[in-house]
Amino acid sequence: MQFMALIYNAEGADASYEGGMEQIMADYWKFGEEAREAGVMVAGDALEAVSTATSVRIRNGQTELTDGPFAETKEALGGYYLLECKDLDQALEWAAKIPTAKYGTIEVRPVMVFDN
Amino acid sequence: MSDLEQALTRALRKSSGRILASLIKSFGDFDKAEDALQDAATEALRTWPIKGVPDNPAAWLHTTAKRRAIDKLRKDTRHHAKETQQILMDLDANKDEMAETDYEIPDERLRLIFTCCHPALSPEAQLALTLKTLGGLTVREIARAFLTSETAMLQRITRAKKKIRDAGIAYEVPGSEHLSERRKTVQKTIYLIFNESYSAFEGQTLTRGDLANEAIRLAALLFRLDPCPETGGLLCLMQLTHARTAARTDALGQMVSLEEQDRSLWDHDTIEMAHQLLLAQFRLGQLGPYQLQAAISALHCKADSWQSTDWQQITALYQALSAFDASPVVLLNGAMAQANMGDVANALKKLGALENSLETYQPFYAARAEMHVMNGANKTAISDLDRAIELSSNQIERAFLERKRDKIANCNGSTEN
Repeated sequence: MQFMALIYNAEGADASYEGGMEQIMADYWKFGEEAREAGVMVAGDALEAVSTATSVRIRNGQTELTDGPFAETKEALGGYYLLECKDLDQALEWAAKIPTAKYGTIEVRPVMVFDN
Repeated sequence: MSDLEQALTRALRKSSGRILASLIKSFGDFDKAEDALQDAATEALRTWPIKGVPDNPAAWLHTTAKRRAIDKLRKDTRHHAKETQQILMDLDANKDEMAETDYEIPDERLRLIFTCCHPALSPEAQLALTLKTLGGLTVREIARAFLTSETAMLQRITRAKKKIRDAGIAYEVPGSEHLSERRKTVQKTIYLIFNESYSAFEGQTLTRGDLANEAIRLAALLFRLDPCPETGGLLCLMQLTHARTAARTDALGQMVSLEEQDRSLWDHDTIEMAHQLLLAQFRLGQLGPYQLQAAISALHCKADSWQSTDWQQITALYQALSAFDASPVVLLNGAMAQANMGDVANALKKLGALENSLETYQPFYAARAEMHVMNGANKTAISDLDRAIELSSNQIERAFLERKRDKIANCNGSTEN
C-alpha cells in the first residue's frame, strides 16, 4: 500500500530543533537514505514557505485567485513523503522517523486505490 | 423463544467472537464476516427445525457462514481483484476442514482484540467495536450501555470499521517490538469498558453489571491468549471490584460506603480466586499499575472490617503506584489511606497541593470532608460536603453525600447544645 506522510509544522518551529537547521538537513538526508535503502521511499519533497502559496477556485465560471493557503492555520503543510508500506503500523513507524515529528505533526493517509 | 431459537442464541452468545475473528481472517473484512454470520444464523432458523440442532452448533455456524460468503464472492462478478482470487484459493485449500462440523474453530481472537484496540482508532471507537465483535453485543445494547442513541453508536462502529479497512490497519498481533505498548492500549480499553459500568454518568443506577461482566470476560480471554502479569493484574482488579457489588447498594438502592458495607455479602469465592491469581502475578516480578491497584483492592477484600484494614500496606502500595501514575487522583487516594492510617495532618497537607487540579472532582471534597471529621472540624467538613454534593451528577451518589452531611450536621448540633 502507498501512504502519504504529510509534514506539518509552525513556520519557524525548526529553530527549536536540537542542533539547528544544519542538523535538520542532515537528519532529513539520513531519513531519505534509510527509506530508499529499505525500499519504502516512493517520492518526497519539501515545499517553499506558506507565504508563497496561492489558492485557486472557480466560482460561477470565474477563476478566483487568493494570496495565501487554503486554510490559515498555525501549522502549515511543509512537505510530504510518499511511502510504500505493508500496513498502517509500518507507515506510522516510518512517519515517526521523519525529523519534523519531533516538533511538528506528520499526518499519515493511505493513497486511495480505484478498482480497475 | 423456542428451544431451537434458544440453542441458536446460546451458540452465538458463546462463540460469535470466535467465529467472527476467524471469518475476518479469511475474508479480510469486518462487514463481509458479519454478513456471513448473519446469513448463517438465518439459515439455522430455516434448517434446524427440519434437520435438528447440530451437535456442534458453533462449528456449524462457522462452516455455513464461510460457505455463504464464498458463494457471494463467486457470484460477485464485479470484482475480479487479485485479493478475491487469493481468498478463494485459500478457502479451497481448507475445504476438508469445512466438510465436518465437529471441529474446533481456529482461535483468531487475539488478532481481533489487537485490531479493535488499535491506537489509530479513537478510544470510543475501540470500546464500541470491541464490544460488538468480541463481546457479541448488539448495537442497541452497546448504545444503551453508553447512554447514547442507536444511530450514533451504529455510526461510530461503521466509521471504525471503515477506518480499519481504508487506513490499512493490519489484522495482526503486533510484533514483539510493539507488543508491550499495544497491550497497554488493549488493557486500557477493557478497563474503560469496566469503569463505564460503574460511572452511570447522570444516571439513576450505580452499576450496569452486563458491561462489567463483559470487561471481565474480555480480560480473561486476553489473559488466556496472551498471558502477561499486567493483564492478570487487570483481571484481578476487576474481579475484586466486582465481587463487592452486592454490598454496594442497600435494599432501597442507596449507596453504601466501603466502611459500612456488609462484608458477608461479598463474593468471597471470587475474591479468593482473584487473590491467588494476583499472588501468582506478583511472583513473576514485573510489577505494574494494574497489579498494584488489584493489590490495594485485595487488601480491602481480605480485611474483616474497615477498622482492621491494613492501611499501612495500602499507603505503601499507593506510594508504589504513584511511581507509575502520579496523577492527582492516585495521590488523593494515597493521602486518604494515609489519613486512615492515623496520619491526618500530613494527609491534609498533601491535599492542599492537589486542590487546584481537582477543584471540580467530587471525591476530592468528599475525602477532605472525611479528614476534617477525623480532626473534629465538623463545620469545615460540612462545607466540603456541600461542594461535593454540588459537583455530583449521579443521583444515588448525591443522596449518599447528603445523608453523610446530615449525619455530621446532627452530631455537630448535639455536641454544641
